[in-house]
Amino acid sequence: MSASAKLPRWAEFALLPALNLGVALLLAGGVIALLGESPVAAFKLMAAGSLGTQEGLGYTLYYATNFIFTGLAVAVAYHAGLFNIGAEGQAYIGGLGTGLICLWLGAWPFWVVLPLAVLAGAAFGAAWALIPAYLQARRGSHIVITTIMFNFIASALMTYLLVNVLIKPGQQSPESREFDANAFMPSAQELFGKLGLSFAASPLNLAFVLALAAAGLVWLFIWRTRWGFTLRVAGQNPAAAVYAGIAPSRVVIGAMLFSGALAGGLGLNELMGAQHRILMDFPGGAGFVGIAVALMGRNHPVGIIAAAVLFGALYQGGSQLSFDMPKINRDMVVVIQGLVILLCGAMENVLRAPLAAVFTWFGGRREET
Amino acid sequence: MHPHAPGADPAAPPPALELRGIDKRFGAVHANRAISLAVSAGSIHGLIGENGAGKSTLMNIVYGFHRADAGEILVQGRAVSLGSPQDAIAAGIGMVHQHFMLVENFTVLENVVLGVEGGALLSGGLARARAELGKLARDYGLEVPLDAVVSELPVGLQQRVEILKALYRRAEILILDEPTAVLTPREADQLFKMLGRLRAQGKAVILVTHKLREIMAITDRVTVMRQGAVVAGVETRDTSPRGLAEQMVGRAVLLQVEKGPANPGAALLTVRDLEVRDRLGVARVKGVGFTLHAGEIVGVAGVAGNGQSELLEALAGIRAPSRGEISLGGRDLVRERLGPGARRRLGLAHVPEDRLRIGVVAGFSAQDNAMLGYHDAAEYQRGLFLNRTAIQAGCERKIAEFDVRPPNPLLRMGSFSGGNQQKLVLAREIAADPQVLLIGQPTRGVDIGAIEFIHRRLVALRDASKALLLVSVELDEILGLADRILVMNGGEIVGELARAEATEEKIGLMMAGIDSRAGFSPPAEGGLKSALPLT
Repeated sequence: MSASAKLPRWAEFALLPALNLGVALLLAGGVIALLGESPVAAFKLMAAGSLGTQEGLGYTLYYATNFIFTGLAVAVAYHAGLFNIGAEGQAYIGGLGTGLICLWLGAWPFWVVLPLAVLAGAAFGAAWALIPAYLQARRGSHIVITTIMFNFIASALMTYLLVNVLIKPGQQSPESREFDANAFMPSAQELFGKLGLSFAASPLNLAFVLALAAAGLVWLFIWRTRWGFTLRVAGQNPAAAVYAGIAPSRVVIGAMLFSGALAGGLGLNELMGAQHRILMDFPGGAGFVGIAVALMGRNHPVGIIAAAVLFGALYQGGSQLSFDMPKINRDMVVVIQGLVILLCGAMENVLRAPLAAVFTWFGGRREET
Repeated sequence: MHPHAPGADPAAPPPALELRGIDKRFGAVHANRAISLAVSAGSIHGLIGENGAGKSTLMNIVYGFHRADAGEILVQGRAVSLGSPQDAIAAGIGMVHQHFMLVENFTVLENVVLGVEGGALLSGGLARARAELGKLARDYGLEVPLDAVVSELPVGLQQRVEILKALYRRAEILILDEPTAVLTPREADQLFKMLGRLRAQGKAVILVTHKLREIMAITDRVTVMRQGAVVAGVETRDTSPRGLAEQMVGRAVLLQVEKGPANPGAALLTVRDLEVRDRLGVARVKGVGFTLHAGEIVGVAGVAGNGQSELLEALAGIRAPSRGEISLGGRDLVRERLGPGARRRLGLAHVPEDRLRIGVVAGFSAQDNAMLGYHDAAEYQRGLFLNRTAIQAGCERKIAEFDVRPPNPLLRMGSFSGGNQQKLVLAREIAADPQVLLIGQPTRGVDIGAIEFIHRRLVALRDASKALLLVSVELDEILGLADRILVMNGGEIVGELARAEATEEKIGLMMAGIDSRAGFSPPAEGGLKSALPLT
């Protein structure tokens, strides 16, 4: 009857997202058929291209790394009752911090550069989230509005810096110089090689492991610390938080600092791991995909990792598809991704009520027999 | 006894409303089990049961909000299908909800015609309505100033508007859901007089309530529900409050908790000249002062919305007062700007009036709720992390001591019944061994069985030399528990009575702003209430 009908846990976290994904793919298949291509062949191509080869898998997980960072950022804010639309901007500015360390200290040994780059990325990302957080906590300015605005400000600021300050002298395109090789995140190929294993060349790098570590950290923080407890109380019932002696404004600021710091991890993967320089618009929309990833992953780190890999596969499989099926261009791939976001994120409750009814019916039958 | 009692001979007219085998499930919950009952025209039928007994579900089915899984509804002997409230209204069924469905900034007249304007232009409909309402008001004694804006009317009159709305839509069957919850005893008496007139005019009235006194006072017949089923349907004169209570709960209950005389000791909490303003700057608590001593329960009586809630929140530190002093253990809580957490550490615990809104987090487990507000305590920490074992053990102790059911610390708070939620909140606040306990509506939404338990615990706390401030809109509860009674009206304490000199009548008069000693003093809401016919 109501939109928040209760489902068993396994149905809530596995069956419902799977059903939503199925419906999204069905619709996407219809669109592909309308274009005169075989949906089955297209999906096979996408699956093979994203998961079937080491190279494809490498790309998938490389994309997923970005989505894990931004998805976690959205989820932490969400647990505090805040809708952080600004992961894109926080990732952009956070990446600036990481990039500056790599530019200045790139000649230092990697294991010195790495922690500094992580800290700088987190600090810059957190700082970019702090301003909207402060405005929300002290002035009541709605965080959705301010974080959206801060995406634009971040974009303008970065354009200015890249065009006027960080640009490599004597060059037309607004990019910084390449980092010293010491500041390159070791690639998967390199790491596997050290273990005596082989892995195809791809942008997948150590940052994926850092993203998984961040997911573990988020889990510990949210569900195992006092601070995480206060954050969840404030998120689920702000009035109860006040009653319990928890200051909501401190929670808002703390949660947004953590959220921004997580988004700031994107630069580790994108800049240190793949691009090896600071360039324009490197988050490439990952901050927004992170919203869908967090929604689909039920704001739980495990769900976020799974959803991030799915979206990584969609990205990688999609580019494979547009490469191999000329009728399906890049924009069609965006349509397919959009359908998944729509069904799994925005409309995830559409199937909930019917599913709950089915469970109730079966549950009721069991009771009677 | 009334002439049209059901169960009369077959030649008698069919009942105004008859339910046959109504069955309804929500998921695993069997809310209504094969319910049958008949309500005659010209009678008042009481429907009584604990929270969760299925009364509201049943009435929502009759009013077309829900559809029954099985069963029949007959109005004046004809089977009807009620798929929406519109269908119910068309069938002559009207409902007065506990929370009024009025547009507050419309006038009475506009509210009454809302939805039945009878044409694109309002003027014609309004004129017709005015004439008809005049007649209704005369017939039933339902005088209401038709051009007054609803938000300016006292609650009792707003309720009349709801009744008028139903009558204007030609309701023959009128359902009232907990109608006296928001009324002073005097307003309740007026309501009952009005219901008596409706009965005399041949209407069928269904009164949903959990107050045994009201059932005994006004109904002709009473249906008792328990766990979704009808457990008794009797003539009211053939039963007693004790009998009804036992049928509701399914076992013998104590309606009045036994307690010895109070033995007040040292002053623990002193409040001086406290003023609390709401967000619009309107003073809700005006210059309130009192002292709370060890070993006494002080009751704060008053009609809901007269400043008790704001007083409680200011004392608990949730709301900042604009003026005044609250001293506890030699410290001024207002001047030092101590928040709820700091006040807890000083020994001031608070069981809030609206536990679901502020006292618990419904989506959290019982054990997480059992440490809410005390999550900083050393016993729950293990280094950087929370000690889950200690949290669970702490909750299990509270569950055992307060007999919370089901005894599962991992169950979602929202899945517990209201009474068990309240027990857990009480357990949490009492476990901290506070010197002063503030309690708002300790038994709101709580079953009779649990009420008895909660009242015993509160008295035990008093006997352990704690100070208790009890805010309740249930006068019976105040009279049953309090050793001293403060009466609030319009944000002020308008009277203080020792328990021995307090009677329901005296308190009722004070609650309405009428001082029994000084005669008539104008009430806070201004002229409208004083324009009420006082008969």
